[in-house]
Amino acid sequence: MAALIEMRGVERTYVMGDNLVHALRGVDLTIEAGTSIAIMGQSGSGKSTMMNIMGCLDQPTRGSYLLNGKDVARLSRTQLADVRGRMIGFVFQSFNLLSRTSALENVEMPLMYQGIPGRERHRRALGALAAVNLADRADHHSSQLSGGQQQRVAIARALVGEAPVIMADEPTGNLDTRTSYEVMAILQGLVDQGKTVILVTHEADIAAYASRVVMLRDGLIIDDKTQTPVKAEVAA
Amino acid sequence: MNVFTTLKLAMRALWRNKVRTLLTMAGIIFGIGAVIAMVSGGQGAQQAVKDVFQSLGTNVLILTNGSQRSFGAAGGAGSRQSLTWDDMKALETGELTTIKWVAPMLQSRAQIASEDANWNTTVVGTTAIWFTIRNWPAVKGTAFDEDTGNGNGKVAVIGNTVAVQLFGTSNPVGQNIRIAGQPYEVIGVLATKGQGPMGDYDDTLVIPVKTYEQRLSKGLAKYINGQVLISMVTDDIAERTMADVTGLLRERHKLDASDEDDFRIRNPAEFAQAQQDSTQRIATLLAIVAAVSLFVGGIGVMNIMLVSVIERTREIGIRMAVGAKPIDVMTQFLVESLVLAALGGVLGLGLGAGAAKYMAGYFGWKFFYPATTAAIAFLVAGGVGVVFGLYPAIRASRLDPITALRYET
Repeated sequence: MAALIEMRGVERTYVMGDNLVHALRGVDLTIEAGTSIAIMGQSGSGKSTMMNIMGCLDQPTRGSYLLNGKDVARLSRTQLADVRGRMIGFVFQSFNLLSRTSALENVEMPLMYQGIPGRERHRRALGALAAVNLADRADHHSSQLSGGQQQRVAIARALVGEAPVIMADEPTGNLDTRTSYEVMAILQGLVDQGKTVILVTHEADIAAYASRVVMLRDGLIIDDKTQTPVKAEVAA
Repeated sequence: MNVFTTLKLAMRALWRNKVRTLLTMAGIIFGIGAVIAMVSGGQGAQQAVKDVFQSLGTNVLILTNGSQRSFGAAGGAGSRQSLTWDDMKALETGELTTIKWVAPMLQSRAQIASEDANWNTTVVGTTAIWFTIRNWPAVKGTAFDEDTGNGNGKVAVIGNTVAVQLFGTSNPVGQNIRIAGQPYEVIGVLATKGQGPMGDYDDTLVIPVKTYEQRLSKGLAKYINGQVLISMVTDDIAERTMADVTGLLRERHKLDASDEDDFRIRNPAEFAQAQQDSTQRIATLLAIVAAVSLFVGGIGVMNIMLVSVIERTREIGIRMAVGAKPIDVMTQFLVESLVLAALGGVLGLGLGAGAAKYMAGYFGWKFFYPATTAAIAFLVAGGVGVVFGLYPAIRASRLDPITALRYET
């Protein structure tokens, strides 16, 4: 079986003023389905660029990127949006929920863009919220939820489209230790269900929850090791 | 994304900024409102002009004395006495096949009184056929029959306003009144014609023309000291009838080819047309001004949509991240501005109708709801929403998801 993610010689350069910034300088990376991987590095190492490309928010300047066997490096904006909707669920550091919108509607949103009818959306969104133990908060607006709850809503939103890949960009960056554990426990649970979880973090203790850690520096992979993941404590 | 969901999304976004939505819509509301009010008012004014002339009776020409010209200075119309009662009889004979009926119409203002009240009104002296020409029957009692009309009896048919002023709610028929101090019997009350732009049609009183001459004028005369209404067989023969009458009268008055007519024939329909044309021009001008204000309203919509796109940059980023295609984002904003403008349009239609109704009441003309214009105006409002919403929507759809996600509000 082909790997879920296969990057070959990926380069990404930006023009910033008069300078050419080489964010990625030729990255090869293969990720198998159903695994968890942490991408680490300091700021400026290229890990955000890496995540943007893997998440189909951005495209490589050079090189190829096969997602589920399909080259997405040269797709149009519309095609990329379609791939994002079907293949990738995002979890962001700042949650990125729509304000003044209920948890349920936030979770329904990805389904809306897949043209799924209202009743079905509703049912599936409730299911996803239940999966993160927030079924009873479905009608709450984001501002009425704690940080941990908001991140769980974001995870539900990432899950609802049944995307095989979950991209978590510093998912615990805005959370305290206890809720961080909760969130990591949920993410680990997703791996057990066969999802591929990609963590982008600069914190070693968060990376410890992944079974593989890739280290980036100056746009290149400098280390790639597998490990036995720490099991997140499930909060009582 | 389906239409219903998109609409719901747009409504909610607009509802969240109620005040802003309302202010933005104001431009459209007033633009559409002004267009509707102007078009409706224009039609009302035109109809009012038409009504004035139609109240004279349809197919009617008005014959008057010519103007007196003494040493080069022209007097006004009718200042010269040239039309005789014999002239009128000649028109009546049936010799001119274009003419159906002829009625004299002498008028002046006079003080009138019942036992309890008095009033000042326009007294008309005429014959029986006048009521037919003006299509104005009596609802109580009778109008003149031929004998009464041609006689010199002291009888009067009164308009409704006069009836109310002199007799209140009691029945005037059979009662006595005084016109310029002399006693008359009321034999009929005319049907209500209502308020016209030139005054109250019903504020009038009709007596036989001979009585008029003897009591209110200087006595029976050779010349007609007023107008003659000529009713044509049909309304499309005005030119021919005028030529016929002119020929006959010139012959009777023994005018040489070089002499000017010593009488005038007016065609109220023609005058009405000219009046209508000028009202139409003013109405069109005002409607154009209104359309400009609608355009300005559209710019307001565009402005606020641009602000909205910037404010919601992050939202756009989130939507794109979860799979919204550029076209989805574009549709969302486009539908939003469309709904904004269409809602404004609906309110504008209401406002315009209200304003038009008020104007109609104020100026005393009939209220028209210009359905076609309303439909067009509504489509234009929607069009304004789409056209002026397009640029902001395209801008929104071209946002880069990464930049949009990082945007700090």
